[in-house]
Amino acid sequence: MLKKTVLNAAHRALGARMVDFGGWDMPVNYGSQIEEHHAVRNDCGMFDVSHMCPVDLVGTDCRPFLSRLVANDVAKLTVSGKALYSAMLNEAGGVIDDLIIYFLTDTRFRIVVNAGTADKDVAWMLAKAAEWKLDVTITPRRDGNVPLGIIAVQGPNARAKVWQVLPQVKAATEGLKPFFAAEVDQYFIASTGYTGEDGYEIMLPAGEAETIWTALKDAGVAPCGLGARDTLRLEAGMNLYGQDMDETVSPLDAGLAWTVAMKDARDFVGRAALAANGQQKQFLGLILLDKGVLRGHQKVITKQGDGEITSGSFSPTLQQSIALARLPLGVAAGDEVEVDIRGKLLKAKVTKPVFARNGKAVQ
Amino acid sequence: MSNVPSNLKYAASHEWVLKNEDGSVTVGITDHAQEALGDLVFVELPEVGAHFDKEQEIAVVESVKAAADVYAPLAGTVTEVNQAAADAPESVNQDAYTAWLFKMTPDNLADVDALLDAAAYQAVADAA
Repeated sequence: MLKKTVLNAAHRALGARMVDFGGWDMPVNYGSQIEEHHAVRNDCGMFDVSHMCPVDLVGTDCRPFLSRLVANDVAKLTVSGKALYSAMLNEAGGVIDDLIIYFLTDTRFRIVVNAGTADKDVAWMLAKAAEWKLDVTITPRRDGNVPLGIIAVQGPNARAKVWQVLPQVKAATEGLKPFFAAEVDQYFIASTGYTGEDGYEIMLPAGEAETIWTALKDAGVAPCGLGARDTLRLEAGMNLYGQDMDETVSPLDAGLAWTVAMKDARDFVGRAALAANGQQKQFLGLILLDKGVLRGHQKVITKQGDGEITSGSFSPTLQQSIALARLPLGVAAGDEVEVDIRGKLLKAKVTKPVFARNGKAVQ
Repeated sequence: MSNVPSNLKYAASHEWVLKNEDGSVTVGITDHAQEALGDLVFVELPEVGAHFDKEQEIAVVESVKAAADVYAPLAGTVTEVNQAAADAPESVNQDAYTAWLFKMTPDNLADVDALLDAAAYQAVADAA
């Protein structure tokens, strides 16, 4: 039995093509996936991401808890509302999940974790809080007495559309720089996203989700499925958990070294393994020069040895196939490599792992 | 609801087959198949002159979402390919029955009659 978000009936009423996404019955596209993609790059689109799980932390030990729990350093969070992207590692330095931590007060933080990993994440957090004997209460908010829904509104016109539908949040959110959040009554509005565009992620009581979704649609926001969400994040060079990294992959080999804070002596789970193993691979982009489509798990042949594509698709912005890949050390942006697609070796160019953001191609 | 023209024959693997007067057949993917795949961005066609067995992989269609094999609906030799479909894969989304992929000469023309008719294919598509 697939799990359903609170917006399931709304997706079906819009004629969405529904798929099993990690045990959730989710819309992959409503009409043309490419048009949904362009709507976000050029105007405004919205995604139901209520399958993701907000986890609230409350207690006097939130900071020491998070300081040990994740690879990035919550000491960077000094201003209320600021968000931090991080990996949560196991002792072997593999990625249990990637998540966003929002700092509200020194005794209250909110974390948003991936849908398919939420249960194991929460179990891990609870176990660590108990092991370290810290005062922190951990409450997942996807279910329970007051469940939350999440609607991501993304694109250059996203802020204006959200203010049109929720005028009461404008004053608190119009000054939000990227990667911040503001709470207004029952709404938690974050200037975060997974598309490489401006916009908000709105967490709200699940019971209000359909009303707000419909109002946004009536305001001209295009409903977009997980298909467009995937090509948008791929163009933006953002990792997808389960594809670009997992529990067997070091964040240093998945392009996430920028999120691992090793400068001071802070002790965090996985640190010793990262220090011992160092970086073994590098995470880079590919643009296919021949005709075809790059996909996950295809082999990449380079002068320095073989690598592997972790995510690939067709880029609607570049009108070419693009991919993220784990490649041997020594391969550099600008190199030409070969990709094995169904036994044929096709030419591809190595790039930095980002292809389009803010409406424009960057390659 | 996808379109299943009654003048065509079908394979359960979502190819349509049109019997031509010259003894060849024209093959494409069904409207149901293009709809399930979504926006097509790449079509790989077979070599003219190549022989394929029934249900052998003969072509590939790729959408933004996924790659899908196209299977030979019957045994035969490829006589012509529709380069226009490869040059503009979106034409298959626009009209899957105009944007054919290839023509074949069947080893045995009677094999065409053994394919599914529109009603039988509709049942397959509805169950998918």
